[in-house]
Amino acid sequence: MSSDHDHHDGDDDHELRVSKIRDGTVIDHVRGGQALNVLAILGIDGTDGEEVSVGMNVPSNRFARKDIVKVEGRELSQDEVDVLSLIAPDATINIVRDYDVVEKHRVERPDVVEGVLSCPNAGCITTGDEPVTSRFTVLEDGVRCSYCERIVREEIASLIDT
Amino acid sequence: MRHDHLITSKQLSRADIETVLDRAAEIDADPSAVADRHANTLLGLLFFEPSTRTKMSFETAMKRLGGDVVDMGSVESSSVKKGETLADTVRVIEGYTDALVLRHPKQGAATMASEFVDVPLLNAGDGAGHHPTQTMLDLYTIRENAGLDDLTIGIMGDLKYGRTVHSLAHALTNFETQQHFISPESLQLPREVVYDLHQQQGGAGIKEHESLEAVLPSLDVLYVTRIQRERFPDENEYQKVAGEYQIDAETLEAASDDLTVMHPLPRVDEIAPEIDDTDYAAYFEQAHNGVPVRMALLDLLLSDDRGIRGETDE
Repeated sequence: MSSDHDHHDGDDDHELRVSKIRDGTVIDHVRGGQALNVLAILGIDGTDGEEVSVGMNVPSNRFARKDIVKVEGRELSQDEVDVLSLIAPDATINIVRDYDVVEKHRVERPDVVEGVLSCPNAGCITTGDEPVTSRFTVLEDGVRCSYCERIVREEIASLIDT
Repeated sequence: MRHDHLITSKQLSRADIETVLDRAAEIDADPSAVADRHANTLLGLLFFEPSTRTKMSFETAMKRLGGDVVDMGSVESSSVKKGETLADTVRVIEGYTDALVLRHPKQGAATMASEFVDVPLLNAGDGAGHHPTQTMLDLYTIRENAGLDDLTIGIMGDLKYGRTVHSLAHALTNFETQQHFISPESLQLPREVVYDLHQQQGGAGIKEHESLEAVLPSLDVLYVTRIQRERFPDENEYQKVAGEYQIDAETLEAASDDLTVMHPLPRVDEIAPEIDDTDYAAYFEQAHNGVPVRMALLDLLLSDDRGIRGETDE
């Protein structure tokens, strides 16, 4: 296996702007400007001492600009990848161990996400004190609350229940 | 297809709807035939919002089937006032009764409540969401007056918050209908409802308008709802549109003689009283139909082979 920055569509020079990681996850091909939302989804705000490198709006062959997030010492779960897909549908997940990429895959949009997003509809039953887990079906261009049926197409990241 | 809860009209097929309406017609023709059919059956009425027609017609329907009701009473006099969740309330009352009727101000309340109970639960209105039993009596009334296929219907008023409108529009996609939605721009159908209507009907039978004038002559049915003054942040904005969405004898001069005018009630000034005694008016008949239709729904949901069964249920 080669080092993680060899796998990114010829964007190597730009990859080097953020440091290589030894073990963890590289989330590549995040749409420009979404890196901080990716961190929010992962619950990373820096207070737990996580080692994180972020590249924002770096030139890319696939997109004009992309973001890259490298998280040291953490391999993303499938649930996390599922939710990530809502705001970074083109992202590539690279699992790195001992500086080598041992797994590489695109995110796939799930049919349903549970307990991750909060409904923005103040009139929705899930916004009260009921013992109910939020549930959204994933549409082609957004998400839909399974309870009040509100469709959200933009700013999905703002619904993340952190 | 089989349903033990009635949450939204979207869950109902044409066959399901016809099963309910046919049963309602049988009961309407001979109510005495079912007078003892559900003796010893107890229906729980959980109304977290005020209601006159819906609540009383459910109560009447259950009693006319030989059963009885227990009523949570007002929110102020219930444990809800102490902070009890809806999930707990329905789980408790489920233990007392054979079925539940729920009205709640929050959208999705019936969907959530149905996840906590095994007895049939009927949604009697969840905020601005759905009101499927109203839709069944609306459909019954429309079928009696104009038929349900080859129908052109105008639905006018507060389409944004009008749960009766949302449920009716969904249900009508099961039939050959052209739906015209007439409202001020600020009270148009929610985009979610439009999305579903397009999914269900390909958008072919759906048009939105701000004025009734152009479509009125083509209508078989005009379904009027109250423009809710309290929804407008500015009284002047309300006054600009309110008059345009009122029906009187002069308005109906441009209508077909066979037009049926409906309203889920209560009305305020949307339909002038001078219409009440004309052949156009079907809104009181519509309200009366609530009893046989709810008797049919309860009968189908409470019978031994519980569930509303469509033709595909084999």
